[in-house]
Amino acid sequence: MSTTIVTARRPFDDSFTIERALATGGYEGLKKALKMTPEAICAEVDAASLLGRGGAGFPAGRKWSMLRKNPTTYLVINGDESEPATFKDHYLIERDPHQLIEGVLIAAYALQVTQAFIFIRGEFALGLERVQAALNEAYAHGAVGQDIFGSGFSVDIVVHPGAGAYICGEETSLLESLEGKRGFPRIKPPFFPAAIGLYGEPTVVNNVETVSNLPWIVSNGGAAFAALGAGRSTGTRLFALSGDVLQSGVFEVEMVKNTFRDLIEAPHLGGGVKGGRSVKAIIPGGVSAPWFYPEHLDIPLGQDEVAEAGSMLGSGSVVVMDESRCMVRAAWRITKFFSRESCGQCTPCREGSGWLERILYRLEHGGGRIEDLDLLLDLCDNIAPGLTWPPQQTTICVLGPSIPSSIHSGISHFRDEFLAHVHDGGCSYDR
Amino acid sequence: MNHFSPELRAKAEALVALYPQRRSALIPMCHLAQGQDGYLTEEAMIEVGELCGVTPAEVRGTATFYDMLHTDPVGKYVVGICTNIACMLSGADELLEHAKGRLGCAVGSTTNDGTFTLEETECLADCDVAPCVQVNHRFVRTTTPEALDALLDELKSGGRSDEIPPHGTLIRVNRSVPLQASKDAIVSERTAMRDAQAQRAEAAK
Repeated sequence: MSTTIVTARRPFDDSFTIERALATGGYEGLKKALKMTPEAICAEVDAASLLGRGGAGFPAGRKWSMLRKNPTTYLVINGDESEPATFKDHYLIERDPHQLIEGVLIAAYALQVTQAFIFIRGEFALGLERVQAALNEAYAHGAVGQDIFGSGFSVDIVVHPGAGAYICGEETSLLESLEGKRGFPRIKPPFFPAAIGLYGEPTVVNNVETVSNLPWIVSNGGAAFAALGAGRSTGTRLFALSGDVLQSGVFEVEMVKNTFRDLIEAPHLGGGVKGGRSVKAIIPGGVSAPWFYPEHLDIPLGQDEVAEAGSMLGSGSVVVMDESRCMVRAAWRITKFFSRESCGQCTPCREGSGWLERILYRLEHGGGRIEDLDLLLDLCDNIAPGLTWPPQQTTICVLGPSIPSSIHSGISHFRDEFLAHVHDGGCSYDR
Repeated sequence: MNHFSPELRAKAEALVALYPQRRSALIPMCHLAQGQDGYLTEEAMIEVGELCGVTPAEVRGTATFYDMLHTDPVGKYVVGICTNIACMLSGADELLEHAKGRLGCAVGSTTNDGTFTLEETECLADCDVAPCVQVNHRFVRTTTPEALDALLDELKSGGRSDEIPPHGTLIRVNRSVPLQASKDAIVSERTAMRDAQAQRAEAAK
């Protein structure tokens, strides 16, 4: 038994068409919303206790409430899904664009916004085509544009393609990119675009999965949503499972009611580790997150539960690495990613990521030195002082302070492997 | 004399009209220009700058920040192989090595006949079909060397052109309508809404 909210149309091959959407309750949530006051919708979202599904997990209702004091000008949807091993928004964008558009429209009405942008990473060519086609259908259906469904409310949606940059998932960088500039994150404060957003105007930025939950919340009520899950983690959540599991994929599970072990081992979810091997480490919440180990497998999939254990639920991705894997190689590859994707504004991140990557490269390829281990940690400490979690920040955005996670995790728990690379030029794993 | 064809010029002008500030059209317009020329030419950057109200240098400076915008010619098919963590665990490095040998070109370079450019990419968000391979930003889901070879052969002989257009063409679905919500309607609607909100707030006191 499982509750599906955002993947309810999964059984249908034509889930992305307006015919299928309309045959399965599509735009009914919007019609109901248009008969409510904007405040009443905000109250339902508050009651649902919907946490943002992008990575930071900030309550969507609270984000919106900042806007209610300060009339919103723009709504921007973040579909720049690029956190490594995260592919749940990809699923929602390609498979259910009408649910996304309906969610955008409900949010736009609740915030009284007249123009919304759906920013989708450029690498999703099919997703961009599907959302544009769905938007054209929605305009023809009277759901978007002037006086939608005869409600007197008017709103336009624009689909905006990105052009390939991880950093644009950071909301202020995304806004810069949407303004036609390089994706440089903006200096904080202000911490929220609700104060100064797109073109300097008050703006709300919400994740694709976050708004995709809105049609269900309006149709069924915030209380029904809050009845799912436990504590602060309500509703369901999409988990993108990959790596050494038999069945990788996007799974919608009720928050908190399942553990990492359930996700990895349950026959209808991950189906177990490949080759009957055991788990060596898992990366919860994206490569920015500190790693978990077998002793963490019974932690529930809830935002606070994972945070208390020293990591984050983040973007909802889970990468499984089995006992045959080399942790030096894993740390090197993740660091190489950050090094390639650093936007270059801040010295600790720009210089640090490349330096760390070169050290890990030589460790992985047999040229490492014993002092490299301390040097790695010292450099990490320069980017995120104290190597605490959540990290201290020396940079404009959190990309930099995310770099140490995998290195610190690797050296702390698999020091022997790093030493083997120094002394023997490699380890017995992965070869 | 415009560098953009009349059709492209019309599309670019329609694009500018979608945004409150025209510079916002810069990146989507660069995609459109790549659709015409396969990459971002000098002439195209001048025209993008003219339409978006910035200098050609600003267009170049912005475009070069982004992986998908190419200011040098690339092959008809850009083959991207992800080697990030989930794909690495599924043999991406081995697949990339195979592709290098098969195409006879290094990562970041183009085959002599101009057909293929090989790229090593970061996560493309399709990690359940790993290693992830894209051709011109279409997921092709060829995870083995054999499947990749078969695909490259097919592309070279002109196959799958419906599914995978030449490099540069990104979104083949055009927006059907310009912005609909009239500015006057929005202003009066906003005023009415603010009054109603104030009344409700007053009533709630």
